[in-house]
Amino acid sequence: MWRRLSTYLYLHPRLVLLLLLLPPLIWFLVIYIGALLTMLVNSFFYLDGFTGQVVRQFTLQTYAKLLIPTNLQIFFRTVAMALAVTIASIIIAFPLSYYMARFASRRMKTFLYLAVTLPLWSSYVVRVYSWKLILAQEGIVSWFARIVHLDGLLSWYLSSKLLGGPSLAVSITGVFIVFLYIWLPYMILPIQTALERVPKSLIEASGDLGAKPAQTFRNVILPLAFPGVIAGSIFTFSLTLGDFIVPSLFGNSSFFIGKAVLTYEGTSGNIPLAAAFTMGPIVIMVVYLLIARKLGAFDAL
Amino acid sequence: MSDQVAIEFKNVSRVFNVKQDDQAGVVKAVDDVSVQIRDGEFFSLLGPSGSGKTTSLRMIAGFDRPTSGQILLYGQDVSNLPPYERDVNTVFQDYALFPHMTVGENVAYGLMIKKVEKAERDRRVDETLELVRLPGFGGRKPAQLSGGQRQRVALARALINHPKVLLLDEPLGALDLKLRQQMQVELKAIQQSVGITFIFVTHDQEEALTMSDRIAVFNLGKIEQIGTPAAIYEYPITPFVAGFVGVSNLVAGEIAKRITNSDKKFSIRPEKIHLGEANTQVDDDMFFADGKVRDVIYLGLYTRYLVELNGGGDLVVVEQNLKTTSMDVMRVKNQQVRLLWKKEHIRYLGG
Repeated sequence: MWRRLSTYLYLHPRLVLLLLLLPPLIWFLVIYIGALLTMLVNSFFYLDGFTGQVVRQFTLQTYAKLLIPTNLQIFFRTVAMALAVTIASIIIAFPLSYYMARFASRRMKTFLYLAVTLPLWSSYVVRVYSWKLILAQEGIVSWFARIVHLDGLLSWYLSSKLLGGPSLAVSITGVFIVFLYIWLPYMILPIQTALERVPKSLIEASGDLGAKPAQTFRNVILPLAFPGVIAGSIFTFSLTLGDFIVPSLFGNSSFFIGKAVLTYEGTSGNIPLAAAFTMGPIVIMVVYLLIARKLGAFDAL
Repeated sequence: MSDQVAIEFKNVSRVFNVKQDDQAGVVKAVDDVSVQIRDGEFFSLLGPSGSGKTTSLRMIAGFDRPTSGQILLYGQDVSNLPPYERDVNTVFQDYALFPHMTVGENVAYGLMIKKVEKAERDRRVDETLELVRLPGFGGRKPAQLSGGQRQRVALARALINHPKVLLLDEPLGALDLKLRQQMQVELKAIQQSVGITFIFVTHDQEEALTMSDRIAVFNLGKIEQIGTPAAIYEYPITPFVAGFVGVSNLVAGEIAKRITNSDKKFSIRPEKIHLGEANTQVDDDMFFADGKVRDVIYLGLYTRYLVELNGGGDLVVVEQNLKTTSMDVMRVKNQQVRLLWKKEHIRYLGG
């Protein structure tokens, strides 16, 4: 019986493929795409101001509301933050990844792998809260600044209108630091993987042909690591775009996209506006990926 | 070829610290090597893996530095210069073509680094691709090429810089036999037309014999013998060279004494031995040994016989299939035979 079934399946590989793909297809089409479509549809409805009810009628007025200056500012602020976090992650991740891929001994590499991924094993919320303690007014940073007599510098920085606030824990800078901390592993790992795949002989060949180390880096290593940088930046960029916890905990009153969605959806029940807001990051990511493709980031895939 | 010395090794050693099972140790990859390679020469470093030939090449290129001793490039001490300050170029074993660049960009790389003008660069790229018989391939990516074509691009990328010395690290290893033989002839022709000193690393003795002006045979970090292909083949001076270059019968001790009346160790090439019928007349200038044919391997061009000598030991004999057919040669199996060869063909070995 089993043997006949095995033989039957062996002779019909397409059937096997169908059976294997059925669960993921159902998951993907119904739950994943379905949710996205529901959201897209909802963004074309609107909330009646008097009744507080969602009117299920096709309209563009929700999108029009999205384009008022306050909301555009939220978009701009979020994208700027995502860009800053991404660029800072690249600057910090690249040297570490380079060291891991090219120079670290096996033992050192294992240790660094663990060190980089270890934070991912514990709860995101707990880790974010622990930063509260570090950045708070009476937290570790200000305590340390007092010890080394840099508290003047810290308060001068906090007095900055754009980046500062009552304390690091209640400032755009705090949001930036915590974002950088939580998304950094997602940048290190892809860059490290990309660098690992660059054969040593390519680097030797470049030097052999007369290129100084800086030229080799620019002409050979960087272009070959670029897909990894893009992969990492997709994580850091999109995760920052959508996150609402960090801005709620650390920011001042200024909104980010995620926080805006949460407020409109949860507090005021304006699901159409929340849905329209969410389309923002999706469009931004599509544009981002198109630019990345234009730069040749996916050529090596 | 001139009498100028292109590369000179003066007592060069390279010692690696290795750690195995948590025990520190040292490996002498290159052990007190001294050699002079002449300008315009096709010079091969021949040896088994781990014999020090590749480490020697890497020290000339600058990827590795000698632990002690000096390496001179046309009289200048380059032992501690980085690769990018040496006027030598390398063709890598895995070709090491830059995958994100086109063939043309790969070949132009050295000139681009030297900031040669674009027009001049393009002209020389075309010229060099012509030389390696890949005209019009400049726009392709390395991934679109076959192994043999990548090999030529790697060669072009090195040659375009007109280096003083070209280093080739087993560049033909990944090619199939036919292509390899074709490339051997081409490489030699290119070397003669550009007149650059080629230093060629290989473990394939036939390849070394085919292409080289001179060969250095490496073993365990030392050079066992340096000489022309004919000298290395005909007059091996150590048992290792006799065994590694071509096939040799090494005869020593009791058996040697029975044949030559002296217990000095000697080698005899299989193709120098004649397989005769038992009791064949033996001339004064011949040595002989009697035995029984144990095995016959028919190889088309020639047949290889394994003969077990009466009283112990065995010899390999190779005879060309001039008139014989496979049926004929098989008949000899298990027959009593007499092996004969000219006395002048044995080589007494030191060591």
